[in-house]
Amino acid sequence: MNAAPIYLDNNATTRVADEVLTAMLPYFTEQYGNPSSIHAFGNKVARALKEARVQVQQLLGAAHDSEIIFTSGGTESNNTAIRSALQAYPQRKRIITTVVEHPAVLNLCKALQQQGYRVDYLPVDRYGRIDLDLYRALLAPDVAIVSVMWANNETGTLFPVEEMAEMARAAGVLFHTDAVQAAGKIPIDLKHTAIDMLSLSGHKFHAPKGIGVLYVRRGVRFHPLLLGGHQERGRRAGTENSAAIVGLGVAAVLAREALPYEMTAVKNLRDRLEQGILAQVPNVLVMGDPVNRLPNTTNIAFEYIEGEAILLLLNQHGIAASSGSACTSGTLEPSHVMRAMGIPHTAAHGTIRFSLSRFNTEAEIDRVLEVVPEIVRKLRALSPFWPKHQEAA
Amino acid sequence: MWDYSEKVKDHFFNPRNAGVLDDANAIGEVGSLACGDALKLMLKIDPISERILDARFQTYGCGSAIASSSALTEMIKGKTIQEALAITNQDIADYLGGLPPEKMHCSVMGREALHAAIANYRGESWHDDHDEGTLICKCFGVSSRLIEETIRANGLTTVEEVTHYTKAGGGCTSCRTAIEEILARIASSREPQPAGKESAPAAPVLATRPLIEKIRRIEQELAAIRPLLARDHGDVELVDLQGQTIYLRLTGACSGCQLESITLSSIQARLQKALGERVRVVPVREISPAAAHCTP
Ligand SMILES: Cc1ncc(COP(=O)(O)O)c(C=O)c1O
Repeated sequence: MNAAPIYLDNNATTRVADEVLTAMLPYFTEQYGNPSSIHAFGNKVARALKEARVQVQQLLGAAHDSEIIFTSGGTESNNTAIRSALQAYPQRKRIITTVVEHPAVLNLCKALQQQGYRVDYLPVDRYGRIDLDLYRALLAPDVAIVSVMWANNETGTLFPVEEMAEMARAAGVLFHTDAVQAAGKIPIDLKHTAIDMLSLSGHKFHAPKGIGVLYVRRGVRFHPLLLGGHQERGRRAGTENSAAIVGLGVAAVLAREALPYEMTAVKNLRDRLEQGILAQVPNVLVMGDPVNRLPNTTNIAFEYIEGEAILLLLNQHGIAASSGSACTSGTLEPSHVMRAMGIPHTAAHGTIRFSLSRFNTEAEIDRVLEVVPEIVRKLRALSPFWPKHQEAA
Repeated sequence: MWDYSEKVKDHFFNPRNAGVLDDANAIGEVGSLACGDALKLMLKIDPISERILDARFQTYGCGSAIASSSALTEMIKGKTIQEALAITNQDIADYLGGLPPEKMHCSVMGREALHAAIANYRGESWHDDHDEGTLICKCFGVSSRLIEETIRANGLTTVEEVTHYTKAGGGCTSCRTAIEEILARIASSREPQPAGKESAPAAPVLATRPLIEKIRRIEQELAAIRPLLARDHGDVELVDLQGQTIYLRLTGACSGCQLESITLSSIQARLQKALGERVRVVPVREISPAAAHCTP
């Protein structure tokens, strides 16, 4: 109880890295100039923003730093990308996306449907995978944009967005990906892909909240969402959040350096956690695609018990995770991602997402492994369904 | 995370009277795995004094569901059946120092289980929530009886409140109109009646509403079709009804495969026959984005 808290909810948000905070602080104090100003105050800041732009460009493997537009985060980037495409191709009235997107895409699409756009939501199978043949069949010249997330926030499942972008390009359709969960966790090299637009969000990789990026490939028709000043070359009006942009740049450098570690050490910790739970706890299922998956995420369904109750007990041990169960979200049904995968109702309410970062340690994982079996046992002892299941088995 | 009272936390972390009561002579079971919570309440009632000598529970559900069950057993132990039946869901919530509004359905579930257990003790049949004639919310199996009782007992006035207290309307949302009708009817029966006119109990809503009657027929027919689909691990659910168009969601093995169109046309034929009118069946594929969760 008194031990240091263990944070395994990094897909929700991350702690700001020390280097990031240190780099940001001067931009609140001495370097408070407006980068648009002519004087020295502004100039220095403008140069810092330019540097951050290059740092993000390098994280994404983009061909040009001018392809990077700073925004307020993933939600704004997604909204901008999709609305831009609709404005750029007014004759095209269709959008293709998936059933498991983040609400920042889904709720926008829902609103666009009200306005008369047709939205095709690609279904997923039990492992959260898309049927590429169905996708191919939907691609047509009247589609304004395809928007498909690179990595799913709940399960970590990776979609083959590079392949899907090639297919879209062959069909003459713009391709956007919500890479909010992918950026900084898997290698991205945009100049060698057909991806036209990409969203990322700083707070998912140790930059602060409220800063993000929309990548727009050079040559892609673009219409800004926010109109006003000429910032970001007229593509995103509003005085730049300079401190956060500087922080995002540093976070991008750190993420790029840490990528090999993320793909090995963090992945090993994730696997240690997952294997440990599978070995010790009966009736658990791993959600999503077990192969094509973010290195930091595991989503585990504990049958016959409910997610919020698990989280409360984890929290009592100082462990932070999250759940796709109904009770944790204020709605009454399991998350749309779990429902889309059609997982059995014995498991749908008992899913727990553990999402790691490079700040987690083996000792922390081992402590979680000590606690989880005990928690599951306690809740199953309370559940009327567990004894019934035991009898049947 | 929810802002639970200390009492809720205490009853969740240290549940009282959890487990099986071997010599129970009254058992009430409500809820289900699919609904996300369920409570099995076991009582030992003294047949002479009709006093509840012991009470135990098993609960599947969130923190407040477990806490409400624990609180309920503490509240009813030592009470007579009559005294126990007077306990309202609000009493359970009060005992716990209050519940978040969205969690009031946990207290309602407790009261339901208590009534089911006492009915079981008395050898009466408990109004089954899945009694087709009165089922309003199919997603969570909520009957018009429970909705009406809960509205009256708690003075509810909005659909949102009804959803918080009973879960009805919290799934596909297609029953919201029906809930509004019940609310309107109860509201009008609350208004002072003109002198001389006794406030007659309102006519049962279902018998007089053609739309609801139609939905009920569709549900009945779907209930008959379901076992056929279940052979292929499939299921069908009514999502919406607009005029002659019936929106259905097919799930499981029958959704998405080539057989879907065959399945749909035969369902359409059966529904036409059951309703005695031309209808069009439209499959609903997308998960409603309105219901998309904000798990960040
Ligand atoms: C996949 C995905 N897209 C978009 C967002 C929204 O990003 P932001 O919080 O920066 O608006 C999130 C996280 O919240 C996410 O996980």
